[in-house]
Amino acid sequence: MLAPVQDTSNETRLARARRLRDVEERRTRRFLLAPALLVIGIFGLFPLTISMLYSILTPGTYGGVTWKLSGEAYLQFLFERDIFDGSLSLSSTYLQIYGRSIGLALVATIGALILGFPTAYFIASKPREQRNIWLFLITLPFWTNLLIRTYAILLIIRDEGIINLGLMSVGVIETPLNILYTDGAVFIGLIYSYLPFMVLPLYASLEKLDFKLVEAAYDLYANRFQVLRRIIIPMAKPGIVAGCILVFIPGLGAYITPELLGGGKKLMIGNMIALQFGSSRNWPFGSAAALILMVVVMAALLIYVRNAGKQGAHHG
Amino acid sequence: MVDLSFRRRRMQDLRKQPGFDQIAIACMFVLYAPIVVLVVFSFNDNRSVVRWTEFSFRWYAAAFGNDGIRNATLVSFQVAAFATFFSVIFATMAALATTRTPAFRGQTAAYAIINQPLMVPEIVTAVATLSFFAILKRLTGVTGIGYLMVAHTVFCIPFAYMPIRARLEDMNLSLEQAAADLYATPLRVFWRVTLPLLLPGIFAGAMLAFVVSLDDVIITLLVAGPGETTLPIYILGQIRRGITPEINAVSTLLLGLTLIFVTLFFFLGRKRT
Amino acid sequence: MADAALSPMKGTGLDEAEQGRDMVLVDRVTKEFGRGEQAVTALDAVSVRILENEFFTLLGPSGCGKTTLLRLIAGFELPTRGQILLDGQEIGHLPPYKRPVNTVFQSYALFPHMTVSQNIRFGLEMLRKPDAEIEQTTRAMLSLVRMEALANRRTDQLSGGQQQRVALARALAPRPKVLLLDEPLSALDLKLRKDMQIELKRLQNETGITFVFVTHDQEEALTMSDRVAVMQAGNILQIGAPKEIYNRPAKRFVADFIGDINIIDATLGNVTGAKGQVTLPGGASLTAYLSDSSISQGAVSIAFRPENLRLVAPDDAAASVIGQIENVVYFGSGSNVHVRLENGTTVVVRTSDSIGALDARTGVEIPEEHVQVLVD
Repeated sequence: MLAPVQDTSNETRLARARRLRDVEERRTRRFLLAPALLVIGIFGLFPLTISMLYSILTPGTYGGVTWKLSGEAYLQFLFERDIFDGSLSLSSTYLQIYGRSIGLALVATIGALILGFPTAYFIASKPREQRNIWLFLITLPFWTNLLIRTYAILLIIRDEGIINLGLMSVGVIETPLNILYTDGAVFIGLIYSYLPFMVLPLYASLEKLDFKLVEAAYDLYANRFQVLRRIIIPMAKPGIVAGCILVFIPGLGAYITPELLGGGKKLMIGNMIALQFGSSRNWPFGSAAALILMVVVMAALLIYVRNAGKQGAHHG
Repeated sequence: MVDLSFRRRRMQDLRKQPGFDQIAIACMFVLYAPIVVLVVFSFNDNRSVVRWTEFSFRWYAAAFGNDGIRNATLVSFQVAAFATFFSVIFATMAALATTRTPAFRGQTAAYAIINQPLMVPEIVTAVATLSFFAILKRLTGVTGIGYLMVAHTVFCIPFAYMPIRARLEDMNLSLEQAAADLYATPLRVFWRVTLPLLLPGIFAGAMLAFVVSLDDVIITLLVAGPGETTLPIYILGQIRRGITPEINAVSTLLLGLTLIFVTLFFFLGRKRT
Repeated sequence: MADAALSPMKGTGLDEAEQGRDMVLVDRVTKEFGRGEQAVTALDAVSVRILENEFFTLLGPSGCGKTTLLRLIAGFELPTRGQILLDGQEIGHLPPYKRPVNTVFQSYALFPHMTVSQNIRFGLEMLRKPDAEIEQTTRAMLSLVRMEALANRRTDQLSGGQQQRVALARALAPRPKVLLLDEPLSALDLKLRKDMQIELKRLQNETGITFVFVTHDQEEALTMSDRVAVMQAGNILQIGAPKEIYNRPAKRFVADFIGDINIIDATLGNVTGAKGQVTLPGGASLTAYLSDSSISQGAVSIAFRPENLRLVAPDDAAASVIGQIENVVYFGSGSNVHVRLENGTTVVVRTSDSIGALDARTGVEIPEEHVQVLVD
């Protein structure tokens, strides 16, 4: 039908056009990405390597560091050095703080899940027009100042707070319940702070739930609990995992909540780290503690990413 | 008819799980009750933050007359304005690169870097930044509020990036193709079509960035130098010293400010239908 | 060079006398997406000539490459190989904003932040036309698509049909050499679609611009087009006037895709020129058109349309095949009678006459001028 292709100049013209387009695209992309990546790279990522460096140096007398290599910061997690003879003995002080923090964050995560799941389900089962209003109400506290919300909790749970005064005035109790400055207070504060983080991803996966599946399960003789356990919860699993991660991670590194509600006595990792950069003046140890916290968090994130990947493969 | 309404009610019932509604309502109540108490007692004409006596703006007057609060507000706004301005520009550029050029090698790495401030616990970022700035200050001899502004810009970028990227992804590519088809060069496509349509997303990103900067405690607490007290840091200092209704008043003002910005964000972020 | 290569255009639906000036010339264009082993060929060395002033339609199922071809002409994609000439100029390598062609998008792609007239002006402004000319052309376009009253409306306040007309006006305003239309009617309901088909034809006549129209709707293609190219799997199977495509489908796919048709097995005997002797199941024989001279004797598929057939008495001399009435499907203006032949294949006859009872034996007359021997 056609004469054989003999014209190669057109091929080169196309190739040139394609190459020009590619070069242009690459240049534009580099220009557009550079500021964000540079700013975060220099002032967000690079400082983490500084922390790594600091963690193997010697503390300076007035804060900061002395440029002398030392593994003391990491030793300090497990051992206590005697002030007089410098000998090492096993100490679990810091491990306990890590253990306590992980425990508190875990319990708060479970608490948030128990409260957040029904809440997310409640919103998802509302008519479409109402959902946005409920969602707005649940996210609003998420954007309001964490410090102020924690202060609000402090106001009502302290000895002279509304809860105690109320209970005393109706005669349920005679002396105020001691809630503030206990693990319970920190637990309440953590749930209160991060509940929206649990509800949002749960809602995102429950919203996609087709209630026809629920009807089908009822049709196949499942009762309410079986429907919840066999249909709804499995379908919401990605949301449950995401929600738990989103509550656990900030809960683990929480600073304000234990600071205000734990009263400084009930230390969590966050306060312990900040303390090293403040009155304890042990920057290397603070840096080491921060890095260890980061490793724990990254491990949690990795589990999440792998889980999400598996989920994706499952549905894809 | 009767039969139909009966069936509809049954279907509604089937969706419900026992106790779920009650827990949900209780959650909503618990989320707002402490804040309501805080706000209400900021209008109390009494030193007490629990016993109501009379409505008064007394504590607001005190707050406005307080130099510490005024300075802190000024610092907060300066830092937030700087961080918002630059983070929005950088985030918009990055969002354009990740949505408007074909997939590229290193895309995942770029996403990871942009979202890095969200993945690392704030306390870790705070101490790392503090350490880095300590070295910078030693090396350059430069001090000042600039460090705090840069630190805020870093963690504002991912927050600004989210709504801007979402908006770009929602935007039909065919609009930009139509403009190119109608003889608009890439630059003119951007100015005449992409940017005007992206503006709501950019505003939404700016609102988020501003709120996030305004509310930050941990990074500011560690990075801020003397005289660089922001509003939340001021409030934290006051709480440590003792509870006064004045804190309630300042907190209420900050809450109100946040409320305005977040509502604007929701309003602007709404998809055009 | 390209002219020399393309001059003998057989099977393009163009008589020698009819050939006008080439407006679009697609010369052995290949488009692959992806690279290496994962590369998918969307277009496989496709060649087309589209004439000045023509309403040309690319017809095919989704994924056949018709939209890719349109996007290549518009410049949204670069071809992997081959060239595209517009009015004699090579444009295959140019970006969209340097090509004097305009597109009507499937979803219209009207700028939501501009009014109707701002949308229409856009292309003219980009071309930096003088203000007076922009004003005049915009007004002319508004009246051409009868949208004067809504000139200052925002486009999201318009109905589907109105949006469609604005999209047309916007694309026509810069007076492109070719207007590309990517399934522009698919979002409209049936009634509006019929109206817009007539409207499109009117616009094409009034403006004298070459229209290249993409659709998967065969009826739409046959109604509006001067010529139709039927595409499948990245290839053009047949190009021709609607009647030619309908009455003389060249390939089995074309026959099957367009309209209702019976395709049955038969045996090809002697071939003389463009015709051949075909033996039908049951032994009757007739002379049928060959869609391609390369068809060899032996087992073949033959095609004929239900509306060209007639039910006759089984013992009638005109009966080409004999069978049993298996099913009758009534559709308003007539009925489709399914006749099961003795070898098991079913032939559909469209009739408005009263027909025999179910299971009755009947003859079917197949007029030989309507029978086509197909290439697979």
